[in-house]
Amino acid sequence: MTGVREGPQDASVTAEPGRPRGNGTPAGDSLLTVTGLTKHFPVMRGIIFRRAVGQVRAVDDVSFSVAPGESLGVVGESGCGKTTTARMIVRLVEPTAGRIVFDGHDITHIRQGAMRPLRREIQMIFQDPYSSLNPRHTVGSIVGAPFRLQKVKTERGIKRSVQELLELVGLNPEHYNRYPYEFSGGQRQRIGIARTLALRPKLIVADEPVSALDVSIQAQVINLLEDLQNELGLTYVIIAHDLSVIRHVCDRVAVMYLGNLVELAGRDDLYARPRHPYTVALLSAVPSPEPVGRTADGHRERRERIRLTGDVPSPLNPPPACRFHTRCWKAQDICKTEPPPLVERAPGHLAACHFPENT
Amino acid sequence: MAGGEGPARDDRADGRLTRLRARDRGDRRSGEPEVPVPGQSPPTAMLDVRDLRIHFPTMDGLVKAVDGVSFTLDRGRTLGIVGESGSGKSVTSLGILGLYHSGNAQISGKIYLDGEDVVAAPQARVRELRGSKMAMIFQDPLSSLHPYYTIGNQIAEAYLIHNKVSKKAARAHAVELLERVGIPQAASRVDDYPHQFSGGMRQRAMIAMALSCDPELLIADEPTTALDVTVQAQILDLISDLQQEYDSAVIMITHDLGVVAELADDVLVMYAGRTAEYGSSEDIFAHPGHPYTWGLLGSMPRLDRTRLDRLLSIRGTPPSLINVPEGCPFHPRCDYAARTNGRSENEVPALRQVGPGHLVACHLSTDEQRRIWAERAKVAS
Repeated sequence: MTGVREGPQDASVTAEPGRPRGNGTPAGDSLLTVTGLTKHFPVMRGIIFRRAVGQVRAVDDVSFSVAPGESLGVVGESGCGKTTTARMIVRLVEPTAGRIVFDGHDITHIRQGAMRPLRREIQMIFQDPYSSLNPRHTVGSIVGAPFRLQKVKTERGIKRSVQELLELVGLNPEHYNRYPYEFSGGQRQRIGIARTLALRPKLIVADEPVSALDVSIQAQVINLLEDLQNELGLTYVIIAHDLSVIRHVCDRVAVMYLGNLVELAGRDDLYARPRHPYTVALLSAVPSPEPVGRTADGHRERRERIRLTGDVPSPLNPPPACRFHTRCWKAQDICKTEPPPLVERAPGHLAACHFPENT
Repeated sequence: MAGGEGPARDDRADGRLTRLRARDRGDRRSGEPEVPVPGQSPPTAMLDVRDLRIHFPTMDGLVKAVDGVSFTLDRGRTLGIVGESGSGKSVTSLGILGLYHSGNAQISGKIYLDGEDVVAAPQARVRELRGSKMAMIFQDPLSSLHPYYTIGNQIAEAYLIHNKVSKKAARAHAVELLERVGIPQAASRVDDYPHQFSGGMRQRAMIAMALSCDPELLIADEPTTALDVTVQAQILDLISDLQQEYDSAVIMITHDLGVVAELADDVLVMYAGRTAEYGSSEDIFAHPGHPYTWGLLGSMPRLDRTRLDRLLSIRGTPPSLINVPEGCPFHPRCDYAARTNGRSENEVPALRQVGPGHLVACHLSTDEQRRIWAERAKVAS
């Protein structure tokens, strides 16, 4: 495969001084470009004569790009397709349609063997630090596995490199021979991050990297991810459901609803002036740690907030046209017949809505 | 009072003594007003938990899951219990429900529910109370609902056990409850199985089940953790509405300070099985006194404030409950332990009153707490 970097040790520090921080579209060339990405999972019936009786439209026509050194956040509720998108980017799920271009290579339908050298450059952090580490392997062998699998020779041996990685993520290098069960959740997540960093990837796709952790540990891991990005010039695609976490770690944010990308904007613009009603509702649903008082007659005060009714519809049979119209308070007839295009409502701020907010 | 003043077990008496001694020491040093000893006075609040200790002997040693927790709660009020995993918040709630009677748990202290001590009450009596006077909403509705029984069946079950009613009446009651918690077409959905409900609807069904006997005390253990944020907002509104309607007391157990701020009147911050701080919601969020509370608040990225470059996280990890650090259990992770002249390492801090109804277990003086919090608040805003 062409274009693969030589070794893991060089090119480790490529931090871009002028990387975008929370505004606008990605500057310059993009590292990852996703166009029209779609994944439909067939729903099968029958035991002998298996036939598709429907399809779960997990991801439908999603496009975005990520610049080197940037972090893109993908938020949405469960079932919105954010995890499937992440898995397609790292090629764990075969896309139904669309194109994924990473660093100049079209990797959309690339074969396993051809993908292997590229795996050095794209790595993934998983959500659950308990099930993503093999309980029978020592930390040393878990973090060292990428070197062995990719047959990478390190300058001073694998053990030394692993210990450096452990130190980088804030673990004691002497814990090389310990097993995952000896570590707490936060420490395990650090082990997972060390493994991810082993081959000095360019792009890290993190699927809910902190949602399984306690608040105080969550903050530690968030700080670690930011430090690593500044130190190593990493590019992140971070999948999360927590809007406050995304605001903290990402430069640009993509909001998904039922498989569709409904809004994509720079962090500051998105949180200050969300355009899509769904984003507005999501932001207003986040409980704030500011106590609400009681009125004189003892009734608890209510925060002003947009209250969405009902649940997210099933992706098996999503509503036609704008998929949000069943829960949207601004929905008109056109929303039921005409799918809203994702258009630029402000510089670098895309929203797919017929009646956007904050215009 | 049914069996309230049973003969004190040895460990219980010991616990009380050490606690009193610790309190004496704390008072002499600090000269702060004394906390009223929650010992002999008869309980006035609907729920009055006094010096609750729940220990589990294991192969590796004694797990002190809850180690001396006291609080009171009245009808119509909400107490939020916050803390990280392993801080003892769930064990406290299960203890109140009397679920540690059998098994090898060692329980001491008092849990007065309307003047009746749940700890000393016989099993049969606790069974009567559970479900009728106190009920629980669990975290994960999918695993707490039985997959083989219909939703209606499961809601009616408790009602049938605690009331002499016909099955038909119980079913009608279940439909009514489902309507009350906002399930559309309740009359037909009552025959659905849990897998036919969405996550939010399951949690609504759980709430209906908890409400089936009109309990005075409702314990909600992380009721919204498994839900999406827009559904979470719906469920929190529902709990708050129902509380108003039924005038019940609610204990809200959560790790999410946002949820606590939304619902709680009082807040109990737990660390390593002990009370770190206890006060009104206003106290805890506007002028918290314990470094652990500061850490929790600093660890949360917030949407309503300007974005910080770094979160003010707490270093280290929560301690094992078998081997709780000597002295203040929080001292190995505390940034201010050095300011206490070694007392943090050697001496368990007593719960000390720093304001009306605001208790903090910390060796820092009240003035120092205020000063440090003011500094931190300035950095954060």
